Amino acid sequence: MKFYEYKAHEIFRKYGIPVPRGLLAAKPEDLVDAPLPCAVKAQVLIGGRGKAGGIKFAKTASEAQEAARQILSMSIGPYTVKQVYAQEMLDIAQELYLSITIDRSARAPLLIASATGGIEIESVPAKKILRVHIPPLVGIEPYVLRALAKALALPKEVASQVSDIAAKMYALFEGEDAELVEINPLAVLKDGRVVAGDAKLVVDDNAEYRHKEYADLPQDRTPLEEEAHEKGITFIQLDGDIGVIANGAGLTMATLDVLNLKGGRGGTFLDLGGTDDPEKVKQAFEILLKAKPSVILLNIFGGITKADTVAVGVKQALEDPAGHRPSRGHVGGRRRIGGEGPCGGRVTCLSFSMGRRSSWCRGSRATRDSSTPARCSTTTRRSSPV
Amino acid sequence: MLDYDTKVVAGVTPGKGGTTVEGVPVFDSCFEAVDRTDATASILFVPAPFAKDAAIEAIEAGVELLVMITERIPFHDCLDVMTYARAKGCRVIGPNCPGLISPGKAKAGIMPSHIFREGDVGVISRSGTLTYEIVNAITQAGFGQSTCLGIGGDPVIGTSMPEALELLSKDRQTKRIVVVGEIGGTTEEETAKRARRIRKPVYAYIAGRTAPPGKRMGHAGAIISAGMGTAESKVKAFAAAGVPVAEFPAGIATLLAAG
Repeated sequence: MKFYEYKAHEIFRKYGIPVPRGLLAAKPEDLVDAPLPCAVKAQVLIGGRGKAGGIKFAKTASEAQEAARQILSMSIGPYTVKQVYAQEMLDIAQELYLSITIDRSARAPLLIASATGGIEIESVPAKKILRVHIPPLVGIEPYVLRALAKALALPKEVASQVSDIAAKMYALFEGEDAELVEINPLAVLKDGRVVAGDAKLVVDDNAEYRHKEYADLPQDRTPLEEEAHEKGITFIQLDGDIGVIANGAGLTMATLDVLNLKGGRGGTFLDLGGTDDPEKVKQAFEILLKAKPSVILLNIFGGITKADTVAVGVKQALEDPAGHRPSRGHVGGRRRIGGEGPCGGRVTCLSFSMGRRSSWCRGSRATRDSSTPARCSTTTRRSSPV
Repeated sequence: MLDYDTKVVAGVTPGKGGTTVEGVPVFDSCFEAVDRTDATASILFVPAPFAKDAAIEAIEAGVELLVMITERIPFHDCLDVMTYARAKGCRVIGPNCPGLISPGKAKAGIMPSHIFREGDVGVISRSGTLTYEIVNAITQAGFGQSTCLGIGGDPVIGTSMPEALELLSKDRQTKRIVVVGEIGGTTEEETAKRARRIRKPVYAYIAGRTAPPGKRMGHAGAIISAGMGTAESKVKAFAAAGVPVAEFPAGIATLLAAG
């Protein structure tokens, strides 16, 4: 889960991390009481808003409202700006960098800090960056904070504020199931206070069930992706015209790779996951059909996934008369369940092979569109082998 | 697993103690199960919200091997489980994986047994179903497998790809090793480094070569960001280590046939 800047600030504030004063506005009039001077910033989930003109500076309330008027009418990438955040300008003496993320290899959270902040951390030389692991189950002990203070070589009063912020960031990292908590720049002000100049937060999607309060927050998704997400289906829209549905992220990616490398263009990434529930399969197909693919490629390789129940769901989805015309769809297998079916002129060929065989089937549309044979195989044992 | 002659001695479901499934006794807790049957390994299918609880219980009960099949476990839970398991000397495989199989011997997993054949090729994979696709191709090309380890697609897993490579390199039945990776993270790059020091031939396949950057492809692991973890960097790392990389999944079988 990603967060709008204002929302991330709100969560940081909840954990006691000092953030600048700010005001959220959906229309220019809302900025009458904007903190001044301020930066008026477009609230979007993608980077590059500064370059797109999504950040403007204002000294007076009327300047802030004028900035909001301009920004609220613009589009940044595929997104229309719906809200702006007017944030108090800071009188900065020094910019630091501080983040906590996950180090997969070490299986531990990693604290990253640098006295050189405000820029991409990748461009800072490695020896000017502190990297300390925080042991899981134990948490952030004082030795981590001592290492931090030493590495940043800050005056005592500043160092103690930075340590305090780091400890609170770790509490946030744990408490909110975060993948990333980042402050860049962490601003040391001319009056000696330390304030988060920016707040970045990414939360683990798998932990959504523990954070229901975030469920309704807008995400970086197309309307169709949003619909799929609500139904618990892993679905991503891509540029091509071939609808790809498979089970497992790796197999779905590999299927797309084969298509793309053979000259086709995958239009969807739909991962059925471990389900063979016909209702779920039907829902997944409905989403896929809404993406208007010219042809659908189904690639299911089941372990405990049963081919016949997957096929039932496919059949149900394709038989639904809503919106598509009959054509030559074909679902076969050891237990033949398909035959001529209505599938909207989109599904060129679906063939289920059970057991050891897998079948390659050349569909006319698929061949013309992608110059690759469409393989639609489901290989599984009928009964769960577990 | 029973069909595969794996010695399944007990099941555990709180509240179902005293019942039996397919002739196997069910216990209320891992402690009872281990106490009564001397089980040494555990395979976990518990839904994500309860997986941490179940995993720690199994580790506490003293199992030496814990295979976590469950997908979508918050990785913060896995950080705790993996740290605890390591402290207790328990080997964890997964989560979000199909488990492991030594064809002809035993399986602790959910893979379709009929595509496997006993042989000398070790297989390590971050993905489940993609492994089936590749194993199927290996078997159809006339080769067999020694042990296949589905290590899982999550950011925090019990046995990493380089660790699995090390294990298979010491296994006497394994003569050649296939690694199946995907975009995201840097585990393939680390594995490539390790592969240089291994005497057995290693072959690789990377999924997600044509995935657009910044798009998260299902597995929590499969995301490319800030130039890290791209297919290109992984392919390059393997090439530098002298590990041939197949362009297509079935290409692994071709590489094995050529080698």
